[in-house]
Parts: sequence; structure tokens; C-alpha cells
Amino acid sequence: MQQEVLEKKSNPEQDSHPAVVIANMNKWFGKFHVLRDINLSVNNGERIVICGPSGSGKSTLIRCINRLEEHQSGSIIVEGTELSSDLKNIDLIRSEVGMCFQHFNLFPHLSVMENCTLAPIWVRKVPRHEAEKTAMHFLEKVKIPEQAFKYPGQLSGGQQQRVAIARSLCMKPRIMLFDEPTSALDPEMIKEVLDTMIELAEDGMTMLCVTHEMGFARQVANRVIFMDEGQIVESNEPEEFFNNPQSDRTKLFLSQILGH
Amino acid sequence: MSDHSFVRTEMLGSQAPPMMEGSVLGWIRYNLFSGPLNSLLTIISGLLVVYLLAEILPWVFLSSWTATSLRECREVIPLTYGEGTTGACWAVIRERYLQLFYGFYPRELYWRVNLTFIMMLIALAPILFPKLPRQMLYFSGVYPFLGYWLLWGGTIWTPFLTLAGLIVGYLVFNFLNEKRGLLIGTIVGTLLIIFWFLFGVIPVSVFLSENVTPLAIEIVESEQFGGFTLSVIIGATGIAASLPIGILLALGRKSDLLIVKSLCVGFIEFIRGVPLITLLFVASTLLNYFLPPGTNFDIILRVVIMVTLFAAAYMAEVIRGGLAALPRGQYEAGDALGLDYWKSMRLIVLPQALKISIPGIVSTFIGLFKDTTLVSIIGLLDPIGLSRAIRSDTAWNGIVWELYAFVAAVFFVFCFAMSRYSIYLEKKLETGHR
Repeated sequence: MQQEVLEKKSNPEQDSHPAVVIANMNKWFGKFHVLRDINLSVNNGERIVICGPSGSGKSTLIRCINRLEEHQSGSIIVEGTELSSDLKNIDLIRSEVGMCFQHFNLFPHLSVMENCTLAPIWVRKVPRHEAEKTAMHFLEKVKIPEQAFKYPGQLSGGQQQRVAIARSLCMKPRIMLFDEPTSALDPEMIKEVLDTMIELAEDGMTMLCVTHEMGFARQVANRVIFMDEGQIVESNEPEEFFNNPQSDRTKLFLSQILGH
Repeated sequence: MSDHSFVRTEMLGSQAPPMMEGSVLGWIRYNLFSGPLNSLLTIISGLLVVYLLAEILPWVFLSSWTATSLRECREVIPLTYGEGTTGACWAVIRERYLQLFYGFYPRELYWRVNLTFIMMLIALAPILFPKLPRQMLYFSGVYPFLGYWLLWGGTIWTPFLTLAGLIVGYLVFNFLNEKRGLLIGTIVGTLLIIFWFLFGVIPVSVFLSENVTPLAIEIVESEQFGGFTLSVIIGATGIAASLPIGILLALGRKSDLLIVKSLCVGFIEFIRGVPLITLLFVASTLLNYFLPPGTNFDIILRVVIMVTLFAAAYMAEVIRGGLAALPRGQYEAGDALGLDYWKSMRLIVLPQALKISIPGIVSTFIGLFKDTTLVSIIGLLDPIGLSRAIRSDTAWNGIVWELYAFVAAVFFVFCFAMSRYSIYLEKKLETGHR
């Protein structure tokens, strides 16, 4: 299975088509126009950081990519499959796209191990012992194999978020979405989660991260996107984005978050 | 150096708690005599308890177990325990306990009721205690049909064909679900089962018992059922059936599908808005007008259906409370992992929602079990109906407390057991979150 994924990744033909293509996408919450004419193309292996003030629609944008939110116009194509109301497509895309949430959303009634093996066993139909082997592999990768048989409620926030990352990885996703993964963590725990994400980036995972960790953005992102009022205001390589922002809105935002 | 500056040079180790903590004396002082008012309240409550026991216990123990009539009791007790004693006349229980347990079930067939009850405990065990071998669940699955056959008698073909119909229906559903999708699978499977129940089971079982082999035991009519046997039959069937129906209703009520949702809401609101007595009267009398003449629709079955539907409506609301208590993130995490609706309900949402609802679910179970006494109003001889019948015997005319106390005690045993189990289950499922 892992072999297969690796082959897919190294296949030049696969690499040639982008991981995510969003074209002229709009979304409304009731009458509120939350995403306005979004155009974004993410290549395989690309790491994108999305930032912006709260309410700018950045979380909604990445939640549209695995259809936790439904868009009303335009198109979203993930790994060559267009997101439509066809349930089969949605389940297919969701099993290829991993997601980590701000509040981890681990399943509290299941042990760490069961959290990690649930989806592989029930969605991918992987045999249990094999799923457990994979789970242990990824728990070692996020450096908490010794917690495998505890319950999420017994772990610290940082450990829970790393379990959540391992849980997503167990599905062998092609793309990972991070929705403010460190915003609910104590400062002491942010680093351990960021280290895990950096390692993941170094392995070549396609990543879209909504985060305010600008150090992380500088270190691993290929591209930083700034959003405000539901639109993409500026998008650039991190070096350029931080040192030479073009839009006034971006300059203001950066001065506010980097100013203290 | 300012007064506010402080640097700790050595970290403190942990020390033993003060003496009072953890000792019995400490507990009593802290909980019962923590101040003048509390001490006073403790003493008053203590006296009240003593007074009540002093009134009740003599009645319970200065009693007669051997008399043959109420009049004899009233003569014997003052003679044995001294002038003016008014003890309980437990003799009525001694004389009639078999009737209270078995109703008018034929005496030589009591073993069938006993066996069914013991098998019920065996069938429940693997459901209640997950540590037991999972293979036992097969017995739990077969048990309802076996139990029905043992209690009512007749040919074994009828329950066997019913079970077979369910299994075939499920296999068809499974096959179509893979090939044609969930909706078609559900519709065809359900229709097949209903059709088989209405038109297949009886003729085929008659045919088989006449032409192959009857495999029959003596038939016991529903009119002969009574006492706690009847209560347990109605209660246990109602409990077993109302939980799954309640879960489906609760999920239906939260569904996005308009028709499913309105049907569930309508059903729940209607059933909850009508007294159980009314439903029981519908079951006992009105239903006959609607059914084709000559249909023999068993009265106990009708009552069980009504009681089940009644409990299911309450169950649905209890479970809906549990569903609402789950954070939305749990649903989203299930979706994001690619689990479909039923899998995410079964593996993620329901285990947590049901756990939250355990106290409410068990309350509904207990309520249902106690409500089975209402069937006495439509003429079924449950323990309450029987105690009325016993009172109409001239020997026991006028006896009230003893019978009700006994019935209450037996009900208490069942309900208290359920309550303790629910507490055990809550503790067992605690995984340290929240």
C-alpha cells in the first residue's frame, strides 16, 4: 500500500496534474458572501500557508476542499476528481485528503490506536493487524508510540494534535489540510506540533495550512496566501511576501502580527 | 532589593495530607457534624429514620406465614405476639406466590417458563458484559424465537420460518446494498420480510407440520399467561425492541431528508402526546374493528407492540439529547476520514451519544417495565390484576398491603438491578475525557 503511494508520487504523469485546482469558486452562508471568486492551483508536493484576519474565510476555504462546506458556484478539482454532489466522489476525495482540526476532534471513546486504525479498517478495508502496524509506524513518526493504548483524554493538547496528524496519515492521504492546528495549544506545545508538520513537509507531502505561525511559513512554505473579506488578497513566495508585501492590507496585517 | 522580588532556590517535595483526611472519623465529622446546624439536622434525620423503622419493622416481622385466610391471620398474630399486635399476613403470599409468578400457566408446564427465564439471562449476558465470548451472541440472536416457542408452544416451524425470513431478508439486503446501493437494498429487503411475515410464514409452517413432521409441544393460550411472567415478557420484549427503534427515530429526526424527518417527528410527537392507557385500549378493543374479521391477532403481541412504540418515542428523545450533546467536530472528523453516514453513526456518533444518554435510557427502560402493570386495566392478569383476583377470594377478601408490598418488592429487585447495571456501565465506559 505504502509502496503504491510512493510510486504514484514519483510518477511524472501524476505530478504533472495539480493536486487541487479551484476556479472561480464562490460560497455564501445564507446571504453572507463568505468566499468570493477564489482561484487557486496547488501542485503536488507544494506547501501553502494561508493567513489572514479572523472571519476572512481561510478556514472555510480549506474546508471546501474536502467538502465539509459546500460551495455554490465555480469548481474545485481534487486529484483530478471534481467535487460535485455525487456522494461517491466525496467519499473518494475525503479518503485521499487528510485533515487536522484546531480542536483535534479525536474520538474520545476510542484509544489512540483505535483512532488511528478506524478509518483504514472501515474505509480502506485494510486487515486489522496491518492497520495496527501502519498506525504504530506513524505514531513513531510523530514520536508518541508509547501512548498508543491510552485514551485521548489522558494526553496533553500537543500530543493529541500529533495523534490527530498520525490518524490522518494512516489513511495515506495525498494532500493534508491543517485548520489552525496550533491555535488551541499552550505555547510549550506548539513547537512539538510544528516540528511534526515540518518533518511531514520535508517528506514531500502536499500541504495546505491555515496558521498564524509565521516562522513555520518562512521555513517550509512554497507560497503564502493572504486572505481578507473572503478573497485572496496577495499570494507570493514567503521571502517576498514577508520582506516586500505589495498590498496595503497585507502590510497592515503583517505589521500587526509581527509587531509584538 | 525590592520587597516584591523572590527567587525560589529549592523546589518543594510533596507532603502527607493532614490527619483527618481519609479516616472514618474525619469523614463523619466533615460530612455529618461540620457545624451546629448540620449536627442538628443529622440528629433529626437520624431520629426520623429510627421512628419509621420502629413503625414498619414490627409489621413486617410480627407476622403470620401459615394461616389459610385473612381472618385466621388476625386471630393468630395477637395470640403469638401479644394483644394488640397487627402484623402482616404473609400467608397470602405463601399460598399464592406461584400464581403471582406464573399466572394461570399450566402447573405441569412451569418448567418451560423457568427454562425461558434462565435462557433469557444467558442470552442477555454477552450483551451486558462484553468480556464474555462473542460467539454467545448467536444464542442471543436465536433466543427470542426459541423463547416464544417454549412459552406459547405449538409447532417450532413458525418461529423457525420467521427467523429464516429475517436472515434471508438480511442477505438480500446485503447483496443489493453492494450491487445496487443502500436505498434499493433497504426497500427490497424490508418488503420481502413483510410479505413473508404476512403471507408466507403461517401457510408454510402449517404445510410443514402436516406433511413433514409437527415438532410441536403443547400449546398454551395467551389467556393463561399472567403474573410476573407476563410483566417480564412484555417488559423484556419492549426494552429489547424499543432501543433500536428509538435510535432510528432519533437519527431520523436529525436527518436532512424532509420526508424521513417529518415522519419521525410526527410519530414521536403523536405517541408522546397520547397516554399509554389509550394506546392499550386501542390495542385491546379498537384494533379488532380495523383488522379483517376472523384475524387472530394475539392480545399479548398487540400490547407488546403498543408498549414498545410508546417507549421508543421517549427513547428517541432521550437519544436525541445525547446526539445533540456531541460536539460538531466529531461528525466532521468522521466525514473528513471518508466514513459514510452509517459507518460514522455506528462507530463514532452513536457509541458516544448512547453513552451520554445511559441514565435517560435506563430510566425509560425502568419506566416501561413498571408501566407493564397498566395492562391490568385492559383485563390482562399481571401481578396487579392478579392481586385484585386474589382479593375477590373470600379467604383473602380485604387484604391489600401484603400483596402490593410483595409486588413492589419484586419490581424493585428488577428495577434496582437495571439501575446498578447502568452505573456499572457508565463507570466502565469512562475514558477520561471532559
